[in-house]
Amino acid sequence: MFGQAILNDNLPGAKQHHWSPYTDNGGTIVAVAGDDFAIIASDTRLIQGYSILSREQTKLFKLSEQTVLGVSGCWCDVLTFTRTLEARMKMYLHEHLKPMSTPAVAQLVSTMLYHKRFFPYYVSNIVAGLDQDGKGTLYSYDPVGHCEKNRYRAGGAAGAMLQPLLDNQVGLKNMKGGVLPNITKEKALMVIKDSFISAAERDTSTGDGVIINIITKSGVEVMHFPLRKD
Amino acid sequence: MALFELCGINSRANFKTTEDDNLNGEMDSLNIIGNPTQLALPPLGCPNNKSLVDEHGREMKINYDHGTTTLGFKYQGGIILAVDSRATGGQYIGSGSVKKIIEINDFLLGTMAGGAADCTYWERVLSKQCRLYELRNKERISVAAASKLLVNMVYNYKGMGLSMGVMIAGWDKKGPGLYYVDNDGTRTPGQVFSVGSGSLYAYGVLDSGYRHDLEDEEAYELGRRAIYHATYRDASSGGIIRVYHIKSTGWVKISEQDCTELHYQYQEAEHGPK
Repeated sequence: MFGQAILNDNLPGAKQHHWSPYTDNGGTIVAVAGDDFAIIASDTRLIQGYSILSREQTKLFKLSEQTVLGVSGCWCDVLTFTRTLEARMKMYLHEHLKPMSTPAVAQLVSTMLYHKRFFPYYVSNIVAGLDQDGKGTLYSYDPVGHCEKNRYRAGGAAGAMLQPLLDNQVGLKNMKGGVLPNITKEKALMVIKDSFISAAERDTSTGDGVIINIITKSGVEVMHFPLRKD
Repeated sequence: MALFELCGINSRANFKTTEDDNLNGEMDSLNIIGNPTQLALPPLGCPNNKSLVDEHGREMKINYDHGTTTLGFKYQGGIILAVDSRATGGQYIGSGSVKKIIEINDFLLGTMAGGAADCTYWERVLSKQCRLYELRNKERISVAAASKLLVNMVYNYKGMGLSMGVMIAGWDKKGPGLYYVDNDGTRTPGQVFSVGSGSLYAYGVLDSGYRHDLEDEEAYELGRRAIYHATYRDASSGGIIRVYHIKSTGWVKISEQDCTELHYQYQEAEHGPK
């Protein structure tokens, strides 16, 4: 109460200092889910304004053998959010003696984001993994926790640039009628690589390299490939 | 809560909630899994985030998913709810397949317009509370009571920037019930509602075709057509048109159709095949 009286800027003589709690550290996440796999990838560049802070910072966080979280946006929020989430994963493991399932993680992420509704995490989240039946699933979020289950999604700085490419190549929105086949792992990998190459071409905050996590029932396989460094 | 410490959550990871008058560390750590109706408050008490600027002074906008057309009406056969499925963040179409009808339980539905996260979160909390009511009282909650639970929760956050315009529809002891609830704390029962940026267009079609004695099929088609015309004229509505029907036996999903398909279907019906 006392603290609030001091900070009340309606008081005579009170000055308001500008306070900017957020920075945009860039970064792009792309994820595709198939029948028995899910692939999630992030670029490895971390920027602040026009300077590059790091060329090898992954934005993927392995939460369990079945689930990987991709986060981009304000890096300090990314760190706080993932640290809290990783702690919650451990608490669940100790309480239930099994890791949290991907759909449960997906709901938890939504609730955690909404908890900060009035001072949001400046992040773009994608959760990818296998569900209890071993099927590939993927959930995407807005900064305050609106959650949607998707088959493919691009998020982060170049999200709006890449999503139309995925709509065309994975969602097959350029084709009409009939039952369209689900995407294979090889095709998904190819589209993801191509999309990052394209993003690095036009988005300043995406580049340097890509880390890809392929989630199957045998675990998470990690791949890396370089992007342009300019 | 030794487990919290064991897992490495320290005081920096905890956020203040609305009832954060005591600085008891144990209470603080409970807040991250505590009461879902208590959200974290920003430091310095500025809940609106009016100007977010990055280190270069450029304005940073957090684009939440927005924009909608939803409608609901009572008629002789129960209640019809119809919605589109587009979510926009600014000019960008964030999603074209949002489920804007939220299934609270087998007899209650909620629609969503405004902030997508606001609607889904609070209707999920409502769904939990309705289930608890059932277990405590051995009977289903009335639509009036359910809508009032929701409005009381959001009223606690009045003026803090929540954005929601929802309809709570269901069937209880008194028959069909339809309520409009929004973030100002409005709660009002009614026969015909349409909510969202495309509601003007939907009302135009809905009012011209509405009668209380509509047959089921006529009612479905009226709802569908009203949403279709809204998707045609309102840039932030579109995608899939979903229609639900609430009867005495609970709700049933009637249809989910892409509005592009409907466009050509209607065009053909009026002007003949091309």
